[in-house]
Formats: sequence, structure tokens, C-alpha cells
Amino acid sequence: MELSVLLLKLTEGMWISTKIFVLTLLFSLPLGLFVAFGRMSKNPFIMNIVKLYISVMRGTPLVLQLMVVYYGPYFIFKLSTPDRFLAVIIGFVLNYAAYFAEIYRGGIESIDIGQYEAARVLGYNKSQTFLKIIFPQVVKRILPAVTNEVITLVKDTSLAFVISVSEMFTLAKAIASAQRSVLPYVVAGIFYYVFNFIVAVVMEWWENKLAYFS
Amino acid sequence: MVKYLEIRNLRKSFGGLGVLKDISLKVEEGQVVAIIGPSGSGKSTLLRCATMLETMDSGELIYLGENAVTTGDDGKIVLAPPRKLRKIQSYYGLVFQNFNLFPHYSVLKNVTDALITVQKKNKIEALELGRELLQKMALEDKEDAYPHQLSGGQQQRVSIARALALNPKVLFFDEPTSALDPELIGEILQVIKDLAAERMTMVIVTHEITFARDVADHIIFIDGGVIVEEGPPEEVIGNPQNERTRAFLRRFEG
Ligand SMILES: Nc1ncnc2c1ncn2[C@@H]1O[C@H](COP(=O)(O)OP(=O)(O)OP(=O)(O)O)[C@@H](O)[C@H]1O
Ligand SMILES: [Mg+2]
Repeated sequence: MELSVLLLKLTEGMWISTKIFVLTLLFSLPLGLFVAFGRMSKNPFIMNIVKLYISVMRGTPLVLQLMVVYYGPYFIFKLSTPDRFLAVIIGFVLNYAAYFAEIYRGGIESIDIGQYEAARVLGYNKSQTFLKIIFPQVVKRILPAVTNEVITLVKDTSLAFVISVSEMFTLAKAIASAQRSVLPYVVAGIFYYVFNFIVAVVMEWWENKLAYFS
Repeated sequence: MVKYLEIRNLRKSFGGLGVLKDISLKVEEGQVVAIIGPSGSGKSTLLRCATMLETMDSGELIYLGENAVTTGDDGKIVLAPPRKLRKIQSYYGLVFQNFNLFPHYSVLKNVTDALITVQKKNKIEALELGRELLQKMALEDKEDAYPHQLSGGQQQRVSIARALALNPKVLFFDEPTSALDPELIGEILQVIKDLAAERMTMVIVTHEITFARDVADHIIFIDGGVIVEEGPPEEVIGNPQNERTRAFLRRFEG
């Protein structure tokens, strides 16, 4: 296979990987915030359910979770198997929301109570206090931890191979074994590295943008 | 004179430990009341109940004749309905010991944001008022700075400007100089004296006895959750009647 054909194929795979990456962040970042609220809920029922959800998501392999989402509907409920790509997105979103939730929670709990009290005496209502006063400070504090997760996510997209979604790594593996060549792996490695390099640059830019306060 | 604040029979305990035991006090328009007393006597708790950061166990809290908190016949407290409560809350401001400025807002935004967000004031007017207040606090060259770039004294002046921006009827201070380096205390005390000269109604918890004597019309000495002695400074500080007051004041002499 010519290098240009290989690159073309892997670029197609990269497009799928990128879609997994973007959609996962798009849904898991907001969902994680709600999960964090559930985890901090004063209602012990909600709090414990969410706590269990988080511990299962963090305590079992993502590969296994993807398989459960994909095969579960058939084997457990005798329903038809879902679309592979949809299953991957659901699996990733549920998993990453749990990790992000714990990051949000750490950030929210680290904010000094005096910030809430000052806002309250000034007359801010609860949502204004959270959105205007607390959350911007949380974002700054959690950015390094979020960056770690996002970089892990780039690499984790390769786990979609387990239910045969043709993201880049799945394709690289297929071509490599058909061609008896390691070149696809090398190219894949470079792709991931460049992707993460861009992620790191963007996150660093964002951190610098928030460096104006402390 | 108009009664700006009245507290009746305030009780507050934490986990069975009685911290405030039947506190009653009145603050009239233009009055400056200083609250003094040993550490742990309940001064902060009293301010926190008055500003509703803490809910009292029983008693009454009244601003300008409007009840924020009352106690029903069953001994349970009743809060005013939310709309009325919001209105009452706009009657007072609080200056914290450790400022609690919003670190992600510039000085000017710290002072004006509540005006715009909470009181829905026109932005241009709010900024104008904010700049006026910063000028009054001698901070006109700092409007674009962020809190971490300021000295403690400057931060406290920003927080006073932030409280004044909402035009409160009563302004509370909880040890406004305790977190400051000694050389910065004077500038804050001067700001408060200036406000007193403008007849701003204030309730000040302080360990600065000389300052309390100079600025206040009325001194309240609290010990063990009760008002032990109160009156004009000449009496409470100049000629205390109660032995506990004397013992407390002796520590500030010499
Ligand atoms: N949230 C709380 N939970 C439990 N106990 C509290 C709480 N807040 C205050 N206390 C207790 O109430 C008592 C009075 O505290 P408070 O902070 O009102 O004293 P203070 O007069 O302001 O003292 P200081 O001069 O040191 O500031 C103390 O014994 C304190 O430990
Ligand atoms: Mg105190």
C-alpha cells in the first residue's frame, strides 16, 4: 500500500476518533457538573446513587463499559443492538462524566465559604452566585486536572476498537496485520501525539488566559 | 429617630452549646454601635445572625420596622416571605474580616457587579457610582487591578466600597482590621471614622478599644453570649460598672 493511501485511510479513522473526542467532551463536561451536584446533594438517596455510579465508572475498565453498552441491550433485555458509534459515545460520555464530576466536586469544595457569604450578603441569588462567582474560580482551579483527562481521552478513543468502530487505531491495526507492517502503528502514534500536542497548546493558552487572577 | 435595626431576645446555640443567650439591641439612624468582648463571646455570631448568614434559634430581627425574623407562639422562628426578605436584605451590608473580595473580578467590577446583577442598575450609572466610591476610598488608580495585586488595606477599602455601592441603611463590620498588618490598620479606621462623620449607621465588632471609644456613640460589651454592659463610651470604657467589663478592658491598658 502506498503511503498516501495509508495516510488517507488513517485520516478517515482520525476523523472518527476526533468525532468521538469532541462529542464525548461536549456531553460529558456538562453532564459531569450535574453528576457533581448529585454527588454533593443533601438528599442521601441521590447522593449514594451517584456515588455508586461514580465508583463503578472509575472502578471498571472503560473497555468493559463499552461492551456492556453495546452488547447489554441484547443480552440483558433482548433488544436489538444499538448503533456502534452511538454505543461508543454513550459509553465514553458516562465514563468521562464520572471523572469530570469528581474533578468539579474537588474544585467546588475548595472554594472558600466566604465567597458564598459575600455573594449572599450582596444579594446574589443561588444561581447567580454559582455562575458568576463560584464557577469561574472553579474552572481555573480544575484546569490542570481537566487537561490530564482530556489528554487521556485522546488516547482512550482507541478503545472503541473493542466494538469494532473504525476509528484510527482500529484501522491501523487492520492495515498493519494485512500488510505485515508496523508503519501504520508508527503513523497512528504520530497522529495521537500531534493531536495531544494541539490539546496541550490549547489548554495552556486557556490556563494563561486565566492567570490574571489568583 | 428612626430605628434602623432592632434585635429582640436573640438566642443561638451550636449543637447544644448556647452561644447567644437573649440578646436585645437597637440601632438608630446615624448611630455607630461598637461591639466589644473577649474571643469566643459570640460577637461574630451576633453579626452573622443580624445579617442572616446564620439563622437564629429564636428571637426577632427587625429592619426599619419590617420583620425579617419573628418567633411564633410555638417557639419556632418564622422568616419573612422571600420577596420581603430580599428587600430587607438590601437594607444592610457586611464588611468581612478577610475581605472576601471576588478574585476573578477587577476592583471596579467587585464594586459594581452586584449593582448591575442584583439591583439591575444601568451599567453606565453603576460604573460612575463605582468610580466615585473608589475615589472616596483613594483607590481611583486601582480600578483595573485585581484583588491579589492590592495590599490588605486596599482590599479592605475595596470591600467597603463594594458594600457602600448598594447604599445600605446599616453597615456591619466584623473585625475589619484584624487581618491587616499593623501599619495598615490606621487607614481602615480612618475610612470608618469618615463614614461616621457622614452619619452612616454602623455596627462594628472590633478589638480596637481606643477606636471604639472615639468613633462609637454606643458601646456594647458582650461576654459569654450576653450583653454584660452597654452605654456611651465614656461610661462603658471610661467608667465601667461591671467587674467583667473592667477585667476585659484592663487587658488593653498599658
Ligand atoms: N458554625 C459554628 N459551629 C459551632 N460552633 C460555632 C460556630 N460558630 C461559632 N461557634 C462557637 O460559638 C462561640 C462564639 O463564636 P464567635 O465566632 O461568635 O465569637 P467571637 O466573639 O466573634 O470571637 P472572636 O473575637 O475570636 O472573633 C465560640 O465558642 C465558637 O466556637
Ligand atoms: Mg469573631
